[in-house]
Amino acid sequence: MPDKPKVAFYWCASCGGCEEAVVDLAEKILDVVAAVDIVFWPVALDFKKSDVEAMEDGSILASFVNGAIRTTEQEEMALLLRRKSKVLVAFGSCAHLGGIPALANLWDREAIFDTAYRTTASTVNPEGTLPQVSLAHNGDRVHLPGFYNTVRALDQVTEVDYYIPGCAPTPNIIAGAVETLLGGDLPPAGTVLTPDIALCEDCPRLDTKPQELTIERFRRPHEVIADEGTCLLAQGLLCMGPATRSGCGHLCINGNMPCTGCFGPTSKVRDQGAKYLSAIASMLGFEDEAAIDRALDGIPDPVGTFYRYGLAGSLLRRRKMTPVDA
Amino acid sequence: MDKPAAPATADGWEPKIVAFFCNWCTYLAADLAGTSRMKYAPNTRVIRVMCSGRVDPQFVLEALAHGADGVLIGGCHPGDCHYQSGNYKALRRFRLLKRMLLAFGIEDERVRLEWISAAEADKLRDVVNEMVAQVKALGPARLGTPPEDWAVGLEEEADEEVEGVTV
Ligand code: SF4
Ligand code: SF4
Ligand code: FES
Repeated sequence: MPDKPKVAFYWCASCGGCEEAVVDLAEKILDVVAAVDIVFWPVALDFKKSDVEAMEDGSILASFVNGAIRTTEQEEMALLLRRKSKVLVAFGSCAHLGGIPALANLWDREAIFDTAYRTTASTVNPEGTLPQVSLAHNGDRVHLPGFYNTVRALDQVTEVDYYIPGCAPTPNIIAGAVETLLGGDLPPAGTVLTPDIALCEDCPRLDTKPQELTIERFRRPHEVIADEGTCLLAQGLLCMGPATRSGCGHLCINGNMPCTGCFGPTSKVRDQGAKYLSAIASMLGFEDEAAIDRALDGIPDPVGTFYRYGLAGSLLRRRKMTPVDA
Repeated sequence: MDKPAAPATADGWEPKIVAFFCNWCTYLAADLAGTSRMKYAPNTRVIRVMCSGRVDPQFVLEALAHGADGVLIGGCHPGDCHYQSGNYKALRRFRLLKRMLLAFGIEDERVRLEWISAAEADKLRDVVNEMVAQVKALGPARLGTPPEDWAVGLEEEADEEVEGVTV
């Protein structure tokens, strides 16, 4: 067959949902398969790293990498695919901004190892063995990937050309992005391949979001039965719509749940969490400190709420491991 | 009497404090402190804003991520804001920002909001001196994850070993 464009898929620190998302393209995946030659996709096809290494640099049209970078192996694969590909695409929230795995940046390597290999009730590890990059086993040396202290987004490890956001990206977004990439009329490098407007702007509930919204009390989803027609933020639910990029089709809103921010910010926002913090704090209807503080008790986990999918890509990136009373 | 500016630490490190001062009050207080030849710690880099309500929390994080060791926001006293309620907005954001910064491991003393009127040059001096001393005691903030921190812990492992592992 004449040369079809070559495409690769790879996963790093991720849950597998992004792989599912590709399969979820359903019939549309047949169009993709007909149009391209998939040269590497560990979850589905039996090609090896050595096959990729044997390819000429730049010979893959596009590599879609999902997952954040936690280990030396993931970094090595990201760099390898970068070298072999014309276009490197960060696929899904974790590759885009760190995703859920980046919430581990609220701890460090030592604290994580301590919990996972020492202190949890179900752990039996009398010798206190911790993960190592090299160990002797039956007379051989076994080499394992090293575990970084901090989770990084893909573009903090190597240059990324495009981003497909979402936890996981929706079929429409993926199909649109693949079409754009194969169409040859490429947008400027660094583009996030979705509309660059806030989720609120085309939300079906926008009409019920008051111009000057005042909130007296924040509520968590289990505390209310939300009205299905009214803006969720107006009902005191922490909907991330004002600080999140549109394009998902308002999936959570249509399920009567507040947006948790998985598409990341628009291009005008530097830090999704700080932007959202600013928006909701402004809306609080109090002027005295004690009343403000009482209302803020309704947000028990600000970092986990405001940076659920974007801690690695945020301005601060991680917690500083100082003993402060939070 | 003016307190002397805090002395530099042994290795010469001096805290950098980014200060967002409202045009109508704290900025004028800084001006007054200058024309009155008050001496105070020279560690602030003042950025004039039209109102404390203009200070986007993103500015505070940006300052910290780019090497500031502390951030001071100065606004008009409650009831005195030139735009009626900008300082209340600043207060609400600040209260939430503080909670978030604590969860980021950022010590309380590093980020501060103060109401300082145009006449209160002495309060400005005292706040700056106190904050510089406190931040100096804490040491450098080193936020925004300097690249050398990514691999913490891997170096020792690599020493015992290894071909093929880049840290
Ligand atoms: S806050 Fe949420 S529910 Fe309200 S308009 Fe925005 S996206 Fe829609
Ligand atoms: S509503 Fe928000 S959290 Fe839900 S899919 Fe869309 S962007 Fe993601
Ligand atoms: S004008 Fe000074 S705080 Fe608003």
